[in-house]
Amino acid sequence: MIRTPLRPLARVLKARETGENPDLIERENRRLRQEAERDRARGRAEGRLVLLALIFVCAFGILGARMGLLAATEPLELSRGLAEDISSARADIIDRHGRVLATNLPTHALYAETRRMVDPVRAAHELARIFPDIDAERMAARFTDPNRRFIWIRTRLSPEDQQAVHDIGEPGLLFGPREMRVYPNGRMAAHVLGGARFGQQGVRAAEVIGVAGVELYFDEQMRDPAETDKPLQLALDLSVQATVTEVLEGGKRMLNARGATAVLMDVHTGEVISLVSLPDFDPNHRPAPPTEGEPADSALFNRAVQGYYELGSVMKTLAVAQGLDEGSVKPETMIDTRGPLRWGRFNIRDFRDYGAQLSVTDVMVKSSNIGTARIMQQIGAEKQQDFLRRFGLLDPMPLELAEAARSRPLLPERWSDLSVMTISYGHGMSTSPLALAASYAALVNGGRQVTPTLVKQTRVPGGEQLISPGTSEQIKLMLHQVVQEGTASFARIPGYPVGGKTGSADKPNPRGGGYMKNAVLATFASVFPSHDPRYVLIVTLDEPVDTTGPEPRRTAGWTAVPVSAEITRRVAPLLGLRPVRLEQAEAAFAQRH
Amino acid sequence: MRSLLYLLTALSVIALAAWAYRENHLTQQAMNERSALQREIVSLNEAIRIQRAEWAYLNRPDRLRSLVDVNFERLKLVPMSGDHFGEIGQIAYPLPEHRSSVIEGIEVFGAIRYLTDEDEEDDTP
Repeated sequence: MIRTPLRPLARVLKARETGENPDLIERENRRLRQEAERDRARGRAEGRLVLLALIFVCAFGILGARMGLLAATEPLELSRGLAEDISSARADIIDRHGRVLATNLPTHALYAETRRMVDPVRAAHELARIFPDIDAERMAARFTDPNRRFIWIRTRLSPEDQQAVHDIGEPGLLFGPREMRVYPNGRMAAHVLGGARFGQQGVRAAEVIGVAGVELYFDEQMRDPAETDKPLQLALDLSVQATVTEVLEGGKRMLNARGATAVLMDVHTGEVISLVSLPDFDPNHRPAPPTEGEPADSALFNRAVQGYYELGSVMKTLAVAQGLDEGSVKPETMIDTRGPLRWGRFNIRDFRDYGAQLSVTDVMVKSSNIGTARIMQQIGAEKQQDFLRRFGLLDPMPLELAEAARSRPLLPERWSDLSVMTISYGHGMSTSPLALAASYAALVNGGRQVTPTLVKQTRVPGGEQLISPGTSEQIKLMLHQVVQEGTASFARIPGYPVGGKTGSADKPNPRGGGYMKNAVLATFASVFPSHDPRYVLIVTLDEPVDTTGPEPRRTAGWTAVPVSAEITRRVAPLLGLRPVRLEQAEAAFAQRH
Repeated sequence: MRSLLYLLTALSVIALAAWAYRENHLTQQAMNERSALQREIVSLNEAIRIQRAEWAYLNRPDRLRSLVDVNFERLKLVPMSGDHFGEIGQIAYPLPEHRSSVIEGIEVFGAIRYLTDEDEEDDTP
């Protein structure tokens, strides 16, 4: 920097010439220099002040932000097992009235740290005494193995066993806290709940993860730390579920059936009130998947959701509903039922000969294959497919179970005219009992589509209109007449008018080719109360035989219908339905038609 | 004047330090208390959960059903069915009372205690 001299020679000489005081020049320059100095100092001080202010603003900003963050976060309740980044917390599952279906219990896992062990051989022998399945010699060998420092011995201990292990007095045997999933009702609703197991394990905690059913479907939601104190409320009703299971179990035993399933659904909301599949299992000790035999015979198999079967005549209701909705027939229209109906080299027969013609109502009441086939013949393949697709019968029926998406209906490869006719009476296409329940719900609730759900609903969802309310009304009356005059006479229960349709389908031969002679899948699809349906109940029995008569009877009217009727008789009061006299129901029908 | 100002500042610094020290200890104490309470809440919650699970286990439908079967002699409980419902018409209305019967007098059993002078005396302390 070039400094300006205080007494620049040129200016001094000039001043002397003009007779001015040259000291003034020096003073002037001194002043300028001081002013510049002062400005610099002020600038520096101001800079420092700004910096300081910035630091303060930042510090207070951080404090403020932290306080805001603390105030905004949800208070987290400390619990055991919130260590090592593994959370063992899991929300409870309750039924629609708040009764516990699944909860957690604290328990302990047992592990050994071999470096801390005093007398490993004695400890191994003592452990073998407490747990009979532990081999003392092998356990001692593991304890004394120099390469091992850490050994898991048990994942769950009962308090008694824990005390016994504690009494061994071995400092190397240690307990790790665990949360254990408990299903207090045992086998009840096993297929819905599924089961749980330990996931990632640490010393201080272990994850509990779902393996099937709603436990797997809602796994993430139930393990979300912010949601663990909010139980998952299902639509199931525990007492209804217990009753349905009891009656169905009795029916399965009496009729010697291989399996049985029942679905009870609210026709308006699609809530599944009860879902039973037999044989069942205990979710507390979920068995391993079978490695041999038919998977569909395993206790783990959910027949109501995974089981897609040819259900037979219960599907006629859909065909007749389509006929009525298209306007191609009316309930009184006479249909030609002379048999057998020939199509190529295929014959369609009825269970017995119903004469030359029947009205559409009688086709349903007497369950005529020929009649239904003729109704559907007029409608054609395209419209039939479209109708079934809108009912959701051509795709897997959605439900909040991990298994639901895994199975799908079997459909004909080529939708020929013959397929149209066989599908009209329930052969050549498979449907699950759950999907059937959803279809019947839509048929009788005024024609609105219903999506089955296992979660309790607070409002009625407005589904797509599938058939007109008028058609729905006609179907209700037909179902009522099937019970009063037709194949389901055992379903007449005092106090609760029931409407329904039976279906007895010969089971396809598993070795391929044709159908088995003496193996029937008997189904009864019912709705109650018939004049104003609130619930739909599907009961399916696998190979039932009624041996009370002189010869074995396998049709649904003798097997599925009595079981279903007993379920309705027991369950309707539990659902809070008031009994109605048959005349009242018929008067209600007469008023509307 | 200036020395007084210095003195006051020094005093206020000492007072603030003492206050901060006290607050620090109070905070630590409160935090200890909080974690003790939290531990208690956790253990109580756990106890509640165990009791709920136990309650659910003891009230499981299978067990209740077998208890009902075992105690059928005494309780005579049967599954609920439609005939257990009644209609409002089935409940008899109380018969309308005749006015004359009221006039005729009503039979009354029991003793009526009248307030006597003695009672009044007893009431006074």
